[in-house]
Amino acid sequence: MKKRIRWNKTTRNNYITYAVVILAFVVMQAMVSAGSISSTLKGMLVPICAYVVMAISLNLTVGILGELSLGHAGFMSVGAFTGVTAAVALSNHVSSGPVLLIVGMVVGALFAALIGFLIGIPVLRLKGDYLAIVTLAFGEIIKGIFNNLYVGLDSSGLHMSLLSDKTNLDEAGQMVIGGPMGLETIPKVATFPIGVLLVLVSLVIIFHLVGSRAGRAIMAVRDNRIAAESIGINVTKYKLMAFTVSAALAGAAGTLFAMNYSTLVANKFDFNTSILILVFVVLGGLGNMLGSIIAATALTILPEALRQFSDYRMLVYAIVLILVMLATNNDTFKAFLARLIPGRKKNEKEVV
Amino acid sequence: MTFLSFLISGISLGSIYAIIALGYTMVYGIAKMLNFAHGDVIMVGAYICFYATSRYELPPLVGVILAIIVCTILGIVIERLAYKPLRAAPILAVLITAIGVSYFLQNAALLLWSSNPKVFPSVVSSGNIPLFGGQLTISYVTLVTILACVVIMVALVWFTNKTKMGKAMRACSEDKGAAQLMGINVNGTISLTFAIGSGLAAIAGVLLCSAYPTLVPTTGAMPGIKAFTAAVFGGIGSIPGAMLGGILLGIIEIFAKAYISTQLSDAIVFAVLILVLIIRPAGLLGKQIREKV
Repeated sequence: MKKRIRWNKTTRNNYITYAVVILAFVVMQAMVSAGSISSTLKGMLVPICAYVVMAISLNLTVGILGELSLGHAGFMSVGAFTGVTAAVALSNHVSSGPVLLIVGMVVGALFAALIGFLIGIPVLRLKGDYLAIVTLAFGEIIKGIFNNLYVGLDSSGLHMSLLSDKTNLDEAGQMVIGGPMGLETIPKVATFPIGVLLVLVSLVIIFHLVGSRAGRAIMAVRDNRIAAESIGINVTKYKLMAFTVSAALAGAAGTLFAMNYSTLVANKFDFNTSILILVFVVLGGLGNMLGSIIAATALTILPEALRQFSDYRMLVYAIVLILVMLATNNDTFKAFLARLIPGRKKNEKEVV
Repeated sequence: MTFLSFLISGISLGSIYAIIALGYTMVYGIAKMLNFAHGDVIMVGAYICFYATSRYELPPLVGVILAIIVCTILGIVIERLAYKPLRAAPILAVLITAIGVSYFLQNAALLLWSSNPKVFPSVVSSGNIPLFGGQLTISYVTLVTILACVVIMVALVWFTNKTKMGKAMRACSEDKGAAQLMGINVNGTISLTFAIGSGLAAIAGVLLCSAYPTLVPTTGAMPGIKAFTAAVFGGIGSIPGAMLGGILLGIIEIFAKAYISTQLSDAIVFAVLILVLIIRPAGLLGKQIREKV
């Protein structure tokens, strides 16, 4: 008798997801050291990690909690700006890049979590499209504030002002956030291995949350709020929990993303970025973390891969997006796929 | 007097938002989808009018009518090709498709008309009406915008309440299955809604660019988002709500610009929106739907 370890389906899928990420990391590292990848792709490795974390954290809100958020880039922005400020403030005392990056990510995650929590209390009372529009509004507000925020650092500490530069720094001082100029002096310390580490940590957090009692409560709220409430689940508490965790991960991803560049403006994290991340989540499949990872990676590379179409590439991107959505929701195509992959369940109903 | 002039420019900007918001709200009411491509239809309308009037030197009125016709057809084509196959699909799939259409229109416009900003010639002759002995002036554009908004509003309310097609529209938005059983052509009605919404978008585009004359392929994006929030503000699905929401949003925006801060005006507009939605979760004129257990 062959002895086989029997994992349940969820556990198996979780391990597959970890394995895919680690495998991809090893392959990419090997290719980088062999020098067989283009410099464009090499420069995209860290942003891809950041987008992957954004996608899986948004998937927690949209797929697991079942609430549509159109302002996820806002949390990324909070993470980027607070994390980088912390890292700059620390850079005089600490010289190690990875330490700066990790401290920055932790600070970014904490601030994003705080904002997520504060926003979540009133906002999560709303439903469906109204919640979506409020998250959209939140993203725009964050963008507006960071576009008008001036933060400077000198010997007497951090100085902050809104609307115009009133920081009055001394001679040795430097601007950290310069209003519409954005982050001006980012320590460029983000590396691919730490990016992948963040992806893995995020996956561990999300899988553990989803697999726990809290995760089951969150999914119960998604599937039927009233039924969940009637068996004593505290709806607000679990909604807030998922929303805050999602915001925290987005904050860490924002710091990672920012520290891959030397300057960054707040307009980078606009409505289009939020939408882009939502596209990753929907294309990858709601609640499916591996799907989000693959979609985020593929769609970040796609515009680069379409370079040969030069001016037409964004047009092609739009057409690909529409066609994929049409195809994946077409019954004939679904039946064709089901015949192609016999193991697939016949009617996997999508949960929205 | 400055207060009054700010108020008037607020109402004028709000009228444009209201016309765009009407398109959003009608499509939402009937198809239960957020048509993100709506803002880009505005841009297409403005470009058509621009080329008709400045390149081919047609009279402004012909340019406007041409823009309306092109946008109406565009709206129907988009609905048929991209949204109709997804009638039974999850809401998010339709949302992403709408975003895809929006990207498509923006990038097609970029290729066709390049990213160079065009200076839009106003379709309304420039000039002012002086009031109170010249202390307050109202430009013709402002006047035409507000008038157009009122006319459209009255016409739409009459259309949805009195005509057979309007009744069919309301029936479809309440219950598509039952409407079909009553012999209403549901697909035709949805197409009609898209056609009206897109035609209105063309008018909004022309008016928007007459007041703020820079035209680029992303011109429609921000007014689109704002009009969408205006529709939600007033209660999405409600025609008077879209009108009220649009005008209030315009007034708030202009006042925030004038009295608080130009740079933070957008943030203030959205903050007011969040406050309103927290106090009235279904918008100003939206119907509170009781949940049945």
